[in-house]
Amino acid sequence: MNATLSTTPLIAAKNLWKKYGNNIVLERMNITVNAGEFITMVGTSGCGKSTFLKMLLGMEEPTSGELLLDGKPIPNEPDQSRGIVFQQYSVFPHLTVLENVIIAREFEHAPLFGKLFGSKKQKVTEEAKALLDSVGLAPAINRYPHELSGGMKQRLAIAQALIRQPRILLLDEPFGALDPGIRADMHQLILKLWREHDLTVFMVTHDLSEGFYLGTRLWVFDKLRRDPHSPEAYGANITYDLPVTRKTSEIPEAIKTAEIAL
Amino acid sequence: MKRLINLTPSKPARLVLGILPFALIILVYIFASDARLAENASDKLLPSFGQMGEAINSYALEASKRTGEYLFWGDTYSSLKRLLLGMGIAAFFGFSFGLLTGAIPGFYAPVAPLLTVISLVPPMALLPILFIVFGLDELSKVALIVIGVAPCIARDIQRCTLEIPQEQIIKAQTLGASSLQVLLRVYIPQLLPRLISSVRLTLGSGWLFLIAAEAIASTDGLGYRIFLVRRYLSMDVILPYVAWITLLAFIIDWLLLKTSQKCFSWHHQGVKK
Repeated sequence: MNATLSTTPLIAAKNLWKKYGNNIVLERMNITVNAGEFITMVGTSGCGKSTFLKMLLGMEEPTSGELLLDGKPIPNEPDQSRGIVFQQYSVFPHLTVLENVIIAREFEHAPLFGKLFGSKKQKVTEEAKALLDSVGLAPAINRYPHELSGGMKQRLAIAQALIRQPRILLLDEPFGALDPGIRADMHQLILKLWREHDLTVFMVTHDLSEGFYLGTRLWVFDKLRRDPHSPEAYGANITYDLPVTRKTSEIPEAIKTAEIAL
Repeated sequence: MKRLINLTPSKPARLVLGILPFALIILVYIFASDARLAENASDKLLPSFGQMGEAINSYALEASKRTGEYLFWGDTYSSLKRLLLGMGIAAFFGFSFGLLTGAIPGFYAPVAPLLTVISLVPPMALLPILFIVFGLDELSKVALIVIGVAPCIARDIQRCTLEIPQEQIIKAQTLGASSLQVLLRVYIPQLLPRLISSVRLTLGSGWLFLIAAEAIASTDGLGYRIFLVRRYLSMDVILPYVAWITLLAFIIDWLLLKTSQKCFSWHHQGVKK
């Protein structure tokens, strides 16, 4: 996939460290990401890939070093420039499918109370319906989330994340709890949306083949240095940064051994 | 033979089994009452249903000779007014404090420890203070209910607020929501059904505080009446009044449940069998 090259990368990390007390999670991270890339992140649990996603989201701040969005420090709280889909709990259980999507526009257009009425509501309803149609939820717009299957809930979460047209979409193991068949459908959906909406995607996954299949670039998080007596002494870094081309489906030997460890 | 834990009674059997204890209690009462009244016709301890009917008849359908009021309905009105006012105010404050402490860390820090301590103070021990400060009229009775119930509701709502997954709050922020919008559109709608169940659970304490306050200082009310007629051993009034209070409590509880099911169907569909 051709990333549109610009002078400043969309995301840049410069000598990024993240520590919780004495526990070093990430160390010496230096990366740049251009707009339009689809980055998949794999690694053992506790290796910092979720922490890195949280930093991109603004839930966590770097301990030292810089994390830049368009050359400026990334906002330190979540906002509409970065959409997120979690593995679960990311839709509002008290709203119907349609309301779950409309609410984003209501936050935007009704700054005080976040509720629209009348013709304004009608307008955003049309937009939301079109978006729900594109993720295949058109028949279910009046249902509540507890009436949806796991796959449909994730479709809704994705639609919700896209309505404010974020430039960056963050996915935290979004398909981890789904059946393999449904997962394949979701892969097609996310690739379609990634192209249609010009997104830059960061996706954490446990499934290496999913990472290779979806990404244009695959990151393996691991610790370069280990102290067996104090496992917290060194942080993880990106040990493999692999460009993935859609044609090659073969997995390098080094990664295969890594997969066994996953 | 299945294990005991796997034996489920059929629907008609459940109905019969449910009614059975009530029928037994009434039957035992009738026999005991008849036995005592046969021995001593002026026995006051276990009045017959006929005697209770007569007593309530005179309280509910005949105007009092002294004041011209219907005592039964007057008592009901006064007590319900105090109870609903007290529970309403308690629900409002309990909800507000529970929500704000649960949702806003800057509010939690100064308020939550205080709330915990206040909820540990036995409200009945404060009743004398309330009587001194607010006097003996309506205000102190309502205040007792509020003080007794509001901290419980606040702590319950605080817990429910903290239980709302953080993912939803983050999601709302990525959709561009402000703090107020998150409160109004994410927290409050999800907490309202929790408030209703919280009110249903604390309604029992509400009645307790109401009757206690009425028993100590009042001139009307259901609690006042049963403590007044106790002096004359008027079980024929006390028993129907207790049954009436129970019925009122049941109706209020039922109404709250139905309101919750109607307004917050998404909350109940998940738990429906």
